[in-house]
Order: sequence, then structure tokens, then C-alpha cells
Amino acid sequence: MIKVIVIDDEPLAQSIVREYLQGYSQFQVVQSCNDGFEGVKAITQHKPDLIFLDIQMPKINGFEMLELIEQPPAVIFTTAFDEYAIKAFEAHAIDYLLKPFSKERFDKAIQKWLQQNSQTQQKPHASALLSEEVRQPEERNRIVVKEGSNIKIIPVHDIQYIEAYDDYVKIFTQKEMFLKKKTMSFYEQSLNPSQFVRVHRSYIIALQQLTKIEPFEKDTHLALLKNGVKIPLSKTGYLKLKTVLGI
Amino acid sequence: MQVPGVRNFSTRYLILIYFGWWIIWMVLQTLVLFNAELLTFDVAIKDAAITTVVLAFAGYIMITSMRFYHPRQILQLTWSIGLAIACVFLIRWIATQWLQGEEGYLEFLEKTLVVRGLFSWLMISIITIVAWVWFYIREQQEIESRKATTEKLAREAELSSLRQQLQPHFLFNSLNSISALIILKPEEARKMIQQLSDFLRGTIRKDDQLYVSLEEEIKHLHLYLEIEKVRFGHRLKTEIVCQDEAKKMMLPSLLLQPLVENAIKFGLYDTIGEITIRLEAKSVENLLHIRVDNPFDPETSQTKPGTGFGLNSIQRRLYLLYGRNDLLSTHQNSVIFTTELKIPQSA
Repeated sequence: MIKVIVIDDEPLAQSIVREYLQGYSQFQVVQSCNDGFEGVKAITQHKPDLIFLDIQMPKINGFEMLELIEQPPAVIFTTAFDEYAIKAFEAHAIDYLLKPFSKERFDKAIQKWLQQNSQTQQKPHASALLSEEVRQPEERNRIVVKEGSNIKIIPVHDIQYIEAYDDYVKIFTQKEMFLKKKTMSFYEQSLNPSQFVRVHRSYIIALQQLTKIEPFEKDTHLALLKNGVKIPLSKTGYLKLKTVLGI
Repeated sequence: MQVPGVRNFSTRYLILIYFGWWIIWMVLQTLVLFNAELLTFDVAIKDAAITTVVLAFAGYIMITSMRFYHPRQILQLTWSIGLAIACVFLIRWIATQWLQGEEGYLEFLEKTLVVRGLFSWLMISIITIVAWVWFYIREQQEIESRKATTEKLAREAELSSLRQQLQPHFLFNSLNSISALIILKPEEARKMIQQLSDFLRGTIRKDDQLYVSLEEEIKHLHLYLEIEKVRFGHRLKTEIVCQDEAKKMMLPSLLLQPLVENAIKFGLYDTIGEITIRLEAKSVENLLHIRVDNPFDPETSQTKPGTGFGLNSIQRRLYLLYGRNDLLSTHQNSVIFTTELKIPQSA
């Protein structure tokens, strides 16, 4: 049996997917969710094989929801917004259904998934979303993180610095620290380079937090942040910082 | 951008003035020469006629050339002096032919050649300057009127496109809901198609109507809200409070719906659970005050308040219509985002 979850903030839109799926006896919709929060919970709980995911949803959008899941299932996006198609395929979506879609179009998407699924028995494809570094993510103004079962939205301007931590990064704000399974280069690319500088292999700092650059041992420097934290600068990091600051 | 009829009239008028001007000079010249007893009346009038006709012709050449070509001043000066000299020779030649038999005339003609040259130059210069000023002013007027027309067209086009800014997403999502309802509840699907059609028709029809009463706008708004409630009925509540006095007040058409659409989107996407959108309209000192409240979460708000979704285009429309930027304002407390609109009443 193939487990399916439908995530859409419009109940009628969920019901269309459920109705179209009735023709496939091997598929079973284990849950329908009204937003990304419910979606994260349901996916963690049911470990579905395939999800139908809307993009524009309350609080967190479909892409942000995917980021919160360690091993995302295969995704078919369903949305009225055609401007996200490229981003969706970059996220290795199986297909991208534009609302309103026909039964024929829906069947095609299912066939596509069945084909890909038989070829690569193993991992569903959206997991590649998290490991792939090369793609250019759009500049973002917030980061969504999961803390236990809570989901937090951090506005980018609250971030003080980011530190590498094995497969994770630690994101530091005024009050808290969040762990996120992403790479340093992901944030180096997706954060605004005039506000965030990667000053070290393991550190990205927010420029507005910087108060002082002081020398440290020979040839190396430290960045002093407003909260008192000292961040080591690599040689290239020091040069980069100087260029951005124009000194 | 002048109407051809007007142009013809003004050209004919100008020709008359031009002829009048030269007739006056002809009379003056005749009288001066005759009264000073330099020539007999008959010769004086012939002499004046020759001078006037030649100068009028030279002036015409000058005007015609000025019309298409505005040379630099130094060139104009050379040109006018050259023309004056040519005029004198022409006058002399014609007069010699015509008034050969008149005693003493030829002698008089030779003596006055220099004076005639100066006079011709003065006349040609005056005509040149007047013509130059005239053409310059007319060109400026044409530029102005072209500019005004272009601006007016651009403004109308912009207003019409701002009015028509229907969100395609709204349409596609509504069609998707209908698609679901067709199987689940065919009766409701039909009802929704009806509502959607009425709403779209209202959007199209109001295109040429700049202002409508609040009462009519609220009717249109209800159609929109009914559709949104089919999509988000489980979450969306609306409350419309409208003072009787305000109902008859006028506002630009299709302004209210984008305002509420903005509030709904903001409310629905920024919070989870049930939301209430509240609209209140009242009349305050000859202004129509409209206030729309929607819940939001200041911590995670996806859009910066005030620049959100559709407010920019509303702001722009108000500016184009009233020339004011203070008619739309937003403020917020911890959980409610408020958009306020003031519409001046013309009468």
C-alpha cells in the first residue's frame, strides 16, 4: 500500500486530490492537512511515500515545510501559482500540477511517480533538496527551524551569527540558538551578502553585529560582536570582511 | 495637435494682417514723399507701391524659410542684409523700367538708394523677429499640448490597469474549488459559478465608471466574500458595519475589494485558525472613512506592513485620482492590522 498525505489550506482542494486518487486502489490517503505545521507532524508520524503539497499556505509555505523534514517523501506540488515551477523542480518535485488540473494531468503525475519509484527503489527524490549545494537559492528574509515539535520562524535580521556543527549549523539569535540541517555554503549563498559575511570556514556573521576587529596571534584576527562573542577570522575571511566594509 | 480648421483660420487672419501692415506702410511712404514735395502724388504712389510689393515679397520669403528652418542669429543677420540689398536693386530696376519718363525721378532714386537699403533691412529684420517669436511660441504650445495629451493618456491607461488588477490566483483557486464541488455538491458548484460570473461581470462593467456609491461597492464586495467563503469557509468570518449616511457616499470603483482581498490574504496566511475580517464605513466631515481590520502575527509577518500585497496599487490609484498620498494609512497593535482609507467627497 502506498501512503499519501495531502497538504493544502483549502479543504476543497484536498478533496479533489482524494477524489482523483479513488481510482487507484493501492494508494491510500492517510491524512489531509490544512497547513505546514500539521504537515510536518503528519509526515513524521506516518512516513508517507508521496505527498501532495500546496505552496501558498498559512505561516510557512510548502518549500519551508519541506526544509523542516529530515527525509522528505516524494512531492507533487499542487498550486495556482505558476511562478514557482522552476523552484519546485529544483526541489526535485515529481511533478507540478497547476490548479485547476484535470484527471488526465493528475494521472500523468501519478505515472511519473510510479516510474521514478520503480527505477530508484530507494530514496525518494526530495531528499536531494537538502543535500544539494550547487543550486542558487533565492535570497530569503526568514529561516524556518524545528525545535522538537515546535516550529520557529526566525526573521533574518534577528540572526547574529551562524556556526558550522557537523552536518548541522547553529543559528544564533539574541536569545536562542537553533540547529538546522543545512550547510554553511547554503547560507553563504542564500543570505544577503551585504549583510552576512562568511568570515571563516565555520562562521558567518551579521555585519550589523560587528563592533571591532582585533588582531590575534600572528597574522590572524578576531571579530568582536555586540554580544561579546569573539569569532575567529580566516585569512580570506579577514580580506572579505575588509572588502565588504570598504576599508 | 491643432484642429485643421483652426489653423486655416489663423493663417488667413495672418495673411490679412500682413497685407494690412504693408498697405499702411505704402500709404505712409506716399504721404511722406508727397508732402515733402519731393515727388508728385502719382509718382509717389507708384514708387511706394514698387517698394512695398518688393519688400512684402522679401518678407514672405523670410517667413517661409523661418517656418521650417531656424538659423543662428549671425546667419539671419547676413541673410537679412543680403536680402535688403537685393531688394534695393530690384526696386531700382523696376522703378527704372516703369517710371522712366518721369522728370527728376531717376535722380531722386539714385540719391535715396542708401536710405532705401536701410529701410528695407529694417523692415525685413522686424518681420524676421516677429516671425521668429510667432513660430517659437506656436511650437512651444504644440509641445505643451502634446505633452499634456500624452500624460493624460498614460494616466488613463494606468488607472484602467490598476482598476483591472484582478488576482489571477483568486480566479484559478476558485475554479479549482468549483472543480471539487462538481462531484461533491453539484448544486453548490453551480451557485459558485453564478457568483464568480457576477463578480467578474461587475469587474468588467465598472471599468468605464470611475466612481460608484459605497452601497454598490459593498454589493460587489459581498459577491467576492461569498466566493472566498467557499474556499476558506472553515476559517473565514467577515463583519461589515456601514453607517447609513456613508452608504450614499461615492468612492472610486473597484477599490474596496482589493483592500479587503489584501486583508484576507494577510489574515489567512499570517495566522492559523479562524480569522475575522472587519470592515467599518462612516462619514466624517465630508470624508468617507473606511477601516479594515485583519489579524496578523507581528513576529512572523511575511510582508512588511504597509507595503504588503495590494496596498501599493491602491495608494497609486488614490494619488492619480486625488493627487494626495495621505488617504491610505495602516497601523497595527499586537494582533490586529488596520488599513484606513479616506475618500474625499466632491460635492
